[in-house]
Amino acid sequence: MIAVVDYRAGNLVSVKKALDHLGFPCAITSDPVVVERAEKVIVPGVGHFAATSALDDTGLRSAIADAIARQTPFFGICVGMQWMFDSSEEAPGVRGLGVFAGQCSHFPPEVKSPHVGWNQLEIKDGSRLLRGLSSGIFVYFTHSYRAPLVAETVACCDYGGAFSAAVERGQSFGVQFHPEKSGDVGLRILENFCGL
Amino acid sequence: MLTKRIIACLDVDAGRVVKGVRFLNLRDAGDPAELAAAHSRAGADEIVLLDISATHQNRAIVLDAVRRAARELFVPFTVGGGIRSLEDAAAVFDAGADKISINSAALVDPTLITRIGERYGSQAVIVAVDAKRLAGGNGARWEVRSAGGRKPTGRDALEWVREAESRGAGEFLLTSMDRDGTGIGFDCELTAAVVNATSIPVIASGGAGEPEHFVTVFREGRADAALAASIFHFGLNSVAELKQVLRAAGIPVRWPC
Repeated sequence: MIAVVDYRAGNLVSVKKALDHLGFPCAITSDPVVVERAEKVIVPGVGHFAATSALDDTGLRSAIADAIARQTPFFGICVGMQWMFDSSEEAPGVRGLGVFAGQCSHFPPEVKSPHVGWNQLEIKDGSRLLRGLSSGIFVYFTHSYRAPLVAETVACCDYGGAFSAAVERGQSFGVQFHPEKSGDVGLRILENFCGL
Repeated sequence: MLTKRIIACLDVDAGRVVKGVRFLNLRDAGDPAELAAAHSRAGADEIVLLDISATHQNRAIVLDAVRRAARELFVPFTVGGGIRSLEDAAAVFDAGADKISINSAALVDPTLITRIGERYGSQAVIVAVDAKRLAGGNGARWEVRSAGGRKPTGRDALEWVREAESRGAGEFLLTSMDRDGTGIGFDCELTAAVVNATSIPVIASGGAGEPEHFVTVFREGRADAALAASIFHFGLNSVAELKQVLRAAGIPVRWPC
């Protein structure tokens, strides 16, 4: 069973709907015990980085950190991916998970913010998450903060400069865009993760 | 490169699509779920469902249509019409919408924008603005209309979009009441004025009569997206055909779609 973590930020219906469509059993949960027992864990997210502090208050952070330490496949989406970094300018006092190094920052003033719409990915070879996909594909973004490029970046996107659109290390994966809203390309990415 | 979006709009009355219904090879040409899926397959970047009846009795029917449409739709899905409270919005999100569009209710109580944004994120809140050009004076000015464009509010459109943005709007759906239904083209001056007045994305609507009008609204109006409500009325069979025209003109669009 795949745990879709509910931390009272935004709308999780569309992620569950996509997994239902693909035929992967999943449950929306805010129970750390369910997260500990899950075969895979997804942290979706729309909205503010500060909302991730709810993960600290509920025991979910340690359940997720333990799951990652045990090599349970983990997938952070949008703010869920930003949370995998150390921190974000959006909420300087809130600590990220630190799977990837660096701080998420706001888009520069010369581009319109938020970055909303379909933009292209530049994909590195060898990504398991993006298996079967190649550079130039379009995915749907909606965000005002972006993650830096790191050694684990497997896809970048250009908007006011290059930023991390997908990151991957071991069994931990993150995407800035919304695979559940990116048509067939997005469904393929979710299928790649769920099929690990 | 970030692409310009073509958003297919379904006007729904009593659970049936009443505009833009000419679509080939459909079992049921008036069914919102069938049409939403068909537009998505044919290249629409997003789908908007507008409940144009929006009566209280109609809510259950609309929510059912939203639920059915959302089930197999994997592109952004916006629902508008008749959303007057956080509870109305919550019901629509629960049914599977990704964004809501609010209009008259936000004019009556602008804190609604903030309250929905705080719960679902600003990206989920589209403020629809119906603007009508005012005659006379120096330079162009537009007044905001409410109640489906029927009621003058006395508010300046540019002043209202600035306020709505400061209250947490994520995007604007801007309709020119002067151009809506005319087929003579978008009001690019209005669109550019709103784009200049705000920093969030602007979806242009009202007046499209031929594919070239979309080229113009992206180029001169600097719109981020455009709504195609009655695209099939001017001889196109799909959003993909419209996108081919845009590509040929050098406008960046999602392709292949």
